[in-house]
Formats: sequence, structure tokens, C-alpha cells
Amino acid sequence: MNWIAIAAIYRFEMSRFFRTIMQSFVSPVISTSLYFVVFGAAIGSRIDQVEGVSYGAFIVPGLIMLSVITQSISNAAFGIYFPKFIGTIYEHLSAPISFFEIVLGYVGAAATKALFIGVVILITANFFVDLNIAHPLAMVAFLVMTCLSFALFGFIIGIWAKNFEQLQLVPLLIVTPLIFLGGSFYSVSMLPPVWQTVTHFNPVLYLISGFRWAFFDMADVPIGISLLAIALFTGLCLGVIWLIFRTGWRIRS
Amino acid sequence: MAAILSVKDLRKVYDGGFEALKGVSLDIEEGEILALLGPNGAGKTTLISAVCGLVTPSSGSVTVGGHDILRDYRAARSLIGLVPQEVVVEQFETVRNTVRLSRGLFGKPRNDALVEEILRKLSLWDKRDNQIKELSGGMKRRVLIAKALAHEPRVLFLDEPTAGVDVALRKDMWDIVAEMKADGVTIILTTHYIEEAEAIADRIGVITRGELLLVQEKAELMRQMGRKQLEVQLTAPIETLPASLADFGLEIGQGGETLIYSYDTHAERTGITKLLNAISDAGLTLRDVQTRQSSLEDIFVNLVEEDA
Repeated sequence: MNWIAIAAIYRFEMSRFFRTIMQSFVSPVISTSLYFVVFGAAIGSRIDQVEGVSYGAFIVPGLIMLSVITQSISNAAFGIYFPKFIGTIYEHLSAPISFFEIVLGYVGAAATKALFIGVVILITANFFVDLNIAHPLAMVAFLVMTCLSFALFGFIIGIWAKNFEQLQLVPLLIVTPLIFLGGSFYSVSMLPPVWQTVTHFNPVLYLISGFRWAFFDMADVPIGISLLAIALFTGLCLGVIWLIFRTGWRIRS
Repeated sequence: MAAILSVKDLRKVYDGGFEALKGVSLDIEEGEILALLGPNGAGKTTLISAVCGLVTPSSGSVTVGGHDILRDYRAARSLIGLVPQEVVVEQFETVRNTVRLSRGLFGKPRNDALVEEILRKLSLWDKRDNQIKELSGGMKRRVLIAKALAHEPRVLFLDEPTAGVDVALRKDMWDIVAEMKADGVTIILTTHYIEEAEAIADRIGVITRGELLLVQEKAELMRQMGRKQLEVQLTAPIETLPASLADFGLEIGQGGETLIYSYDTHAERTGITKLLNAISDAGLTLRDVQTRQSSLEDIFVNLVEEDA
């Protein structure tokens, strides 16, 4: 393993993040606050409680997931797409590093950035609602797993994308709707039976449900299934990345 | 000397079916400067890209320092530095950071003293903390060279290092190349500019349509391929050649005032004595005589045209 190279990619990616640290820090704080104002105050005053948890607190796991998932994807996708786009990828291809090491560097950095934002949102949320985390270790594990698996997913999108539109396509048209419809801001049990069934086909539901379980010890689906879902998703992404590596698809002609 | 880079029957067929390399074989000795000359689309960049790992060869083999570039890619690639043809840089990064990244990518531990030395050598030290977007085009090219040198390669590929570069900078580049050669680095460069190959290369390879037409010592190439021309200026212009001079293959130039005779310097007889006698027998009087050696450019054009 060329650890120095992995660290070099990681540091280089993180330096981009630190160059714009104020944006990285301020935007999640503002957007979280806005969600609390709109969802927590406006809707929360009508819903009051969901299965014994105040609505304001109830949406916190979903809010964190919303940002963490989109950030993981966009950071990783942009991270690898950018060198492809401007051509600096030549250096990675001519260096004595394996594709796996390149993935580790980029995905590690993208996951770290997303994790940072997740933590910022969690802290911000604390100013609005009282949070007692039921399973803190599981919460951290879920958060880290989500960051990593979606950064892997984002990396694949970055390799696949041929232009900036495609880079935005999957996150905007597929992932964001799935997150919103995956029970970020409501419990599935609040839906009519037909839609409950439909929602169970949404993979993001299992993530948010598991994450919420770590917070409040309550879930839409059993925690075991949530773990299985995220493991499957990670496995799928790793499989696709392995294929890309074998074939050099869209990287090496 | 041992070959540090050995290319054997290298072929590359791109997905569209275009055969960019048609079985190129080439040995490059340690410490030499090889210039690859060829028109656009000849396969120069594909050859370099295949050796450096940017393009997967369809068949054939390449070893660098004895290491196969596919089976033993880590050892092979750590010996190689690549300066690409296009100026591709991270515009928002600083010069020093991007050079450090390059060193790291090759698995070499951070070495600020070395990075400083490289940046000073390339006159980039004053700009070390500038964002690359603030630099001029020529400076950016230097950054690419600095990046390629950051991991102390033994073999350096320069893909058209002076394309679109002004004269002063081109001379600078040549100096840099000479310095690197003095440090023992083997250099392979591609170029359109014959004068560049003539000025700095030890050996010259001519490549066209995916085939390596020849690789030869520059001096040897010039000697073998070099034809000389004898230009005879006459005191009075002539309109037609006298019949006695018909067999010499002369050209008439400058409105009939000069006769141009081409000859091979390596032929047993150059035919000059015979020609001069024949001119004098024909009653023509000479004002001046001069000879001209054909340049590498002429040789190159001849070769590529012969192949067409």
C-alpha cells in the first residue's frame, strides 16, 4: 500500500475544503436553522409529537442524513470529476498507485467533509431542541458508514459523469427526492397503507430509520434490516468500483 | 550502456478501431536525450502515454529499469516523470502545494529542501505561494516540469515542452533539459520543432502513422541522410542549360544566375570536379561558389514524404 500517496490525495482534497471553511461551516448552520424555523416551528406547532418524540427533535436525524448524504455524494463526485475535467488526472494515472488507493484518498476526504458537516448540524440542532441520544456509539457508526458508502457512490458518479449536468443529475433527480420521501421529516406510519408499502422500496428509508433508532430507540423498520441495507449498498458500490478498476472505464483508454 | 527503457513491439488500437501504434520497438539508454519527431497524429503522445500508464497497450511490452510497466507498475512508474503536452494544473492551488502533492503521489516522503531546490532551479521560488492561476503560461509550464521532477525520476518524458512557447522561454527549457541531463536523467521529448531536436538531442527517432521509421544518433543521421548542395553563381545569367551539363541534374535558380547541384557527401565520388570542369568547358564563368548542408528539417520532410 502506498500510504503516502493516499495521504497526499487526502490532504490535497482537504486543503480545498479548508480554503472555503467559512462556506463549509456557515451554509449547513444556516440551512439547518432554516429547516428548524420552517419545519419545526410551522409544521411542528401542528404535529407536536411523533411517537413520543417532539417533532423538532424527530426531524434531526433526517436533517443530518439529508445533508450528509448529499455532501458525501457531491464532494466525492466533484473530487474525482474535477481532475478528469481539467486533465490533472494524468498525474494519478502515471503515479505508482493503485486505483484502490486513489479511491481511498478521495472517498476518505469526501467522507470526512460530510462527517464534519453532520457534526456541525448536530451541534446546531442542539440549540433548537433537547437531544438525548439513546445509542451514541451506534449513532456515530451509522453516521460514518453513511458518509463512506455515499462517498463511494459519489465517486462512481464522478467517474461516470461526462459533464457537469450529469454530475448534478443523480444527486438532484434521484437522491434528494429519495431522501425527502424516505421519512426524513415524517414517520412512515403517518402515511396511508399504500404509500407505506411504496416507501419500503426506498433504500434511504432504511438508513434514516436506523439513524433515528440510534437517537430515539424507535424505528420504521427493524435496526437489523437497516444495517443490512447499508451493508448491501456499500457492497454494491465497492463492486461497481472494482469493475471500474478492472476495466479502466472512463479513466484509462 | 544498459537500456533504461525498452519498448518491444508496442501496439495500440483505440476503441474506435484507430491503430495509433503499429508495433513500435525502441531501446533508450540511460542518460541520453532522445527526440521523437513526427507530424501531428503520428503516435508520439500515444507512445508516451502507454509507457507512463495513461493508455493501456493493446499488445507488446515495455520495461523501465527492468520493471514491466504492467506487472510491476509501481517500480516502473516511480522511475518516470511526465510533463504532459497540455498545460493542465489546479488553478486554485499554490505552486508549492501542487508540487508537494506530486511528490506524495509517488510515495515519496515530504522533502521541503528538495522542493525548494527544484522551484529555484525553475525560477519558481518567488511564486511558490501564488495560486497557479496567477502565473503566466510559460510559468505554468515550468510548474508542470517541477511537478514531474518532484519525485526525482530517472526518466523524464517531455511531451512537446515548447509548443506555443516564446523564443526566450524555449531557450530556457533547453537549458533546463541540459541541466537535467547533467544530473543523469534520461530524457525523451517529442517535438514538432526540428531545430529543437537538432539543438538538444543525442538521438532522434522519427515516427509517423504509428510507426517508428528510424532511430539514430543525431550526428550519424545528419551524416547519412545529409545531402549537400553546391551553389554556383554565374557572372551572366543563362536561359537553358548547355547540353554538356544535362547529366548533372542541375537546377537553375535566381533568374538563371545560379546553378544548384545536389550531391551525397558519402558517395565515392561527389562529382564536383567533373561538374566544375564541365561548366568551364561550356564557357560559363563563375562569380562565386558555396555549399550548403541540408538541415534535419529537410531530412525529416524527405523521410515522411518517402513513407507517404
